[in-house]
Amino acid sequence: MQGQPQFGAPISGISRRDILKLGGVAALGIAAVPLLAACSSGGGTSGSGASSITFGSNYSDPAPKSAFGALTKAATKSTKVKIDVNTVDHNTFQNNITSYLQGTPNDLFTWFAGYRMQVFADQGLIAPIDDVWDKIGKNFPDSAKALSKGTDGHYYIVPIYNYPWVVFYNKSTFQEKGYQIPTTWDEMITLCKQMQKDGLIPFAFGQQDGWPALGTFDILDLRMNGFDFHMKLMQHKVPWTDSKVTDVFNKWAELLPYVQTGSTGRIWQDAVKTLESKKAGMMFQGTNQVAAQYVTDNADLDDLDFFVYPEIDPTWAQDYMDAPADGFCLAKKAKNVDPAKKVLEYIGTGQAEVAYLKNDKWDVALATDADVPTYNAIQKKSVEVIKACKNVAQFLDRDSDPGFADNTVAAAVDKFINSPTPATIQSIQSSLEAQAKTVFTAAH
Amino acid sequence: MTDTQRRTAIGPDAGSAAPTPRRRRRLRRLTKRDRVLLIVLLGIPLLADLAFVWFPAVTSVVLSFTSWNGVGAIQPWVGTQEYKFAFTVDPQFWPAVLHNVIWILVFGLIATPLGMLIAVILDRNLKGSRIYQSVFFMPVMLSLALIGIIWELMYSQNFGLINTLLGRTGGDAINWIGNPNLNLGAVLVAASWRQVGYVMILYLAGLKGVDTSLREAAQIDGANPWQTFWRVIFPVLKPINVVIIVITVIESLRAYDIIYIMSHGTVLPGLELLSMLVTQYIIGQTTRIGYGSALATVLLVISLVPIIIFLVQSFRKEDKA
Repeated sequence: MQGQPQFGAPISGISRRDILKLGGVAALGIAAVPLLAACSSGGGTSGSGASSITFGSNYSDPAPKSAFGALTKAATKSTKVKIDVNTVDHNTFQNNITSYLQGTPNDLFTWFAGYRMQVFADQGLIAPIDDVWDKIGKNFPDSAKALSKGTDGHYYIVPIYNYPWVVFYNKSTFQEKGYQIPTTWDEMITLCKQMQKDGLIPFAFGQQDGWPALGTFDILDLRMNGFDFHMKLMQHKVPWTDSKVTDVFNKWAELLPYVQTGSTGRIWQDAVKTLESKKAGMMFQGTNQVAAQYVTDNADLDDLDFFVYPEIDPTWAQDYMDAPADGFCLAKKAKNVDPAKKVLEYIGTGQAEVAYLKNDKWDVALATDADVPTYNAIQKKSVEVIKACKNVAQFLDRDSDPGFADNTVAAAVDKFINSPTPATIQSIQSSLEAQAKTVFTAAH
Repeated sequence: MTDTQRRTAIGPDAGSAAPTPRRRRRLRRLTKRDRVLLIVLLGIPLLADLAFVWFPAVTSVVLSFTSWNGVGAIQPWVGTQEYKFAFTVDPQFWPAVLHNVIWILVFGLIATPLGMLIAVILDRNLKGSRIYQSVFFMPVMLSLALIGIIWELMYSQNFGLINTLLGRTGGDAINWIGNPNLNLGAVLVAASWRQVGYVMILYLAGLKGVDTSLREAAQIDGANPWQTFWRVIFPVLKPINVVIIVITVIESLRAYDIIYIMSHGTVLPGLELLSMLVTQYIIGQTTRIGYGSALATVLLVISLVPIIIFLVQSFRKEDKA
């Protein structure tokens, strides 16, 4: 059955999904085209109860795909469960997750920790896996456990790795020009001014995909207002019109003159390229993007280094950062529950994370018993800086309603970046608040 | 089907003193085979029409009165709340409407007249007119998605043709797609590039169909080319003109693919369109089917206006005939 497209409605009878699909728009067809890619993988047979499972994967880029392949191979070797992987382009996978989980999902699927998982767990689309965690719980620190729980306190995800959002730079550039690593906001602004004098773009930045700028919002909010306020804001327990949010945008406006212009029309991959070519001095994004892009482009990864975002308010110092964790969930509609849980138990070990990270040069393991011999300098430093945090956030579109984040907040932030005036800040704050009121009272 | 039968039956009978028995006799004129044929020929398109046009359209409208998120039962019913949200809260709604209107205006006032002008010029049997025809028609044979990719390469800030030609390759490189003040214009140039060829080929076909004796008669009467076109040819081409107007409006409202390609699927500031907003809300991680449907309904209502005008026009003509 794995040869069939995995998304969409069951073939027999007209379900709500059909109504939705027909009732939506013709444009839905556009979304369906890339789904055909899902047909290409798999072809094995799986009877119910047999020790064979299907695994829906959004690790569609070549590097993570090969790392994921190594992981499933190791899992099969250890558990004797045959795994059929169904790889789907990650944007397509994420955009169709609601229909996917209600249709005929794979037994296991790749997903994200935090609120972004809780939303679907609350809707009853993800199965609780407390029994798996009884066995693997000892392998993980408390912070990872907290990330893996739904709002009801049950476990729903087994994380595989996480990665920090930090400021990247080329060591050679800093050496050549004699730059110092900034530890405070003022030092960073001074450094930016110096870089501009030296003909560099201080911060490389690409915001076409809508989400990269959300990371800047996160870190400024975490630095200026602390973790608790940030999480409350994410779940709309604090209004977006709060003056502390205004402060964040005002601070951001101070930084924007030093950020690559025209960012709303540039993909972040191209922004990384300006850092690679040393036209830019720094770039603030996740290792999962910047370091991964260096590997993809065959750029000099050894020259790449990073520092933690400078302190703004001494109250919060450098205590928090975004360190999103990715992992695996069991679909509520899974057909092969027992073998799937067996695989999850294996994935929740340091050994499995080592197998995954053998082919991954930018993420880091979460399990405490993972001893990864293949870590490079970036990864070793990532482990350190994440450990040094008092708490880590996931990312704006993982800590808040993802649709609200990726459509609404992203659009507001785009508007701000293109015109960072007090008037814009005021208008987007009130607009965000008005929209949040609708989104967060909706039934989920 | 009943309609057809009645028409066959009534026509010549009108005013007959004893209509009932005769009508029944006439009805029987439709043999069993005719009836089956009618059922098949009308029934299949009717079913297809109901299933693929009316059902989704009506469902969309129904869903627009809910704030359903795509999971579980269709609820809750919220009346016109989603419409209020669009009209008063959503900061992307009015820009999207405005951009759709700009699209229609640019197509209607620039692209379409330009295509007609080219057609008229090419119709004068210039030397090499076939080559020009092929050149202008070429973009029409490409899908809009492909045109999006081609123009994306031209507009690229870092390695695009246009910035290279302008000599702006350094820090002053223009960001054609990212700049919210430029990007709609940039996309419209690309879309018009195709629209011009499309209109040209339609109009050229129409012009070729015009009876040459009309032109000769006009010339004999002493009309100059300008007068010949506006007073003689243009009125004769009325059916083509109506088709072109309808195509212009429909192409403008269904604008989607080219923007989708250029913006990589996200709604960029400056490039908001109703169709982009609909998909943003209907497909996505946390879907807002209710709101997406409300936007789709707004788009439907807007589309109905030109369609109704077109239908009224063409039916009125039929009645006259």
